[in-house]
Amino acid sequence: MMNEMKQIKHHLTEPLLMGYAAGTLPEAFNLVVATHISMCDTCRAALAEYDAIGGEVMLGGDPVEVAEDALAATLALIEKGDAEQALPPAPRAPGLFPAPLRDYVNGDINDVKWRKIGGGVSQMILKTSKDASVRLLHIPAGTAVPDHGHRGTELTLVLQGAFVDETDRFGAGDVEVANEELNHTPVAEAGMDCICLAATDAPLKFNSLMPRIAQKFVGI
Amino acid sequence: MDHTKKTRLGDPTQYGPRNTGMKVETNVSPKTDAPAGLLAYNGLSTKDVRKSGARKLDAEQMTKRMAWVVQVNAVRDHKDKAAFAEIFGYFAPRVKSFLMKSGASPDLAEECTQEVMATLWNKAHMFDPTKASVSTWIFTIARNRKIDLLRKQRRPEPEDLPWGPEAEPDQADAMGLQQETEKLGEALATLPPEQRKLIEKAYFGELSHSEIAAETGLPLGTIKSRIRLALERLRHSMK
Ligand SMILES: [Zn+2]
Repeated sequence: MMNEMKQIKHHLTEPLLMGYAAGTLPEAFNLVVATHISMCDTCRAALAEYDAIGGEVMLGGDPVEVAEDALAATLALIEKGDAEQALPPAPRAPGLFPAPLRDYVNGDINDVKWRKIGGGVSQMILKTSKDASVRLLHIPAGTAVPDHGHRGTELTLVLQGAFVDETDRFGAGDVEVANEELNHTPVAEAGMDCICLAATDAPLKFNSLMPRIAQKFVGI
Repeated sequence: MDHTKKTRLGDPTQYGPRNTGMKVETNVSPKTDAPAGLLAYNGLSTKDVRKSGARKLDAEQMTKRMAWVVQVNAVRDHKDKAAFAEIFGYFAPRVKSFLMKSGASPDLAEECTQEVMATLWNKAHMFDPTKASVSTWIFTIARNRKIDLLRKQRRPEPEDLPWGPEAEPDQADAMGLQQETEKLGEALATLPPEQRKLIEKAYFGELSHSEIAAETGLPLGTIKSRIRLALERLRHSMK
């Protein structure tokens, strides 16, 4: 993982980091952001800045009076032990998936329940809130994902292998942020199969008829 | 984001093993006029921080910020209710304000604020003044509670980095981080009002999701470029 980290070239955008810090992104996007940050010290440091801005925004707001007995009620809450307790941090598990992704898969790469979606590509949709969706994609080495455009925003984080599209090459740890203007055909590099974590807040639109029909059945 | 500019807040090494006690910032001026007893109480000292002619921070604000650190540590070490009451008095009304601006009803915001402050008590031992100011830390607790309660979503968190063997946070690092955050707060306060409002809206979630989402892509939309402008100004004023 250390070597991969140094090679990360494509990072999260400012709006994504800010949205993650603010807590305004859909859960599916948060998962991609948290997984990338687990692999990327640069974005981890950038996130600290956005968290700090959030703290200062909170400080700068007009204070709102709390209930008269708020302090006593809070101390009672503490006595009762009902409030959130500190959990020991999860140790870095060996394996391909960083901790936040492991949580959603309930395991590592070998625990993924792949479903074929055509063209040799398989996916597993992960359960999140409905405002966006996130899936793991398995693209065999040398295989293309059908040419597609986007209605919303699509984030693709490479976990293993690499893909190349019209814009650049994306290797392990790289994240591609695509929006409506980008029509691309990602192709997995020869060599190692490509495993990606991809989130979108709108259905992808495929540019040929067959995938468009298939789309109805596989929920892309 | 320009990843080449490294402020202390944006310095990735701060997340590495904390055995980097020699990494002393020289461009921050220590608040030597802070009451010595206050800093000594927490074992915080300014002796490692060299003086320079850098921009002066608001001494009173800086004293307040260091006092929060001392208070959180008093909660951690002695379950000090008086120290907790001090933090509560200052932060609870601001947490409540943040939650209400984020869309919570007054009742829900009140309940949620009490939970946030109780969480602070329970997690006091996890607070690290070399990684965050107390304001930042409380904000992240409030934000997570907001996602949980208002948006009914799980919040995936990045995995923790393995820590170095050093147990005690480096005091000069803690002071530097607190000063950096104070500078940030002051820079935010002095932004042109319309720029500050945009940043506030982004954090309160007043910009609709589609507006934010539309800004995550390649073309620079109006909102994104305005927020970027505001952020650049922030960074610039922190130099
Ligand atoms: Zn990154």
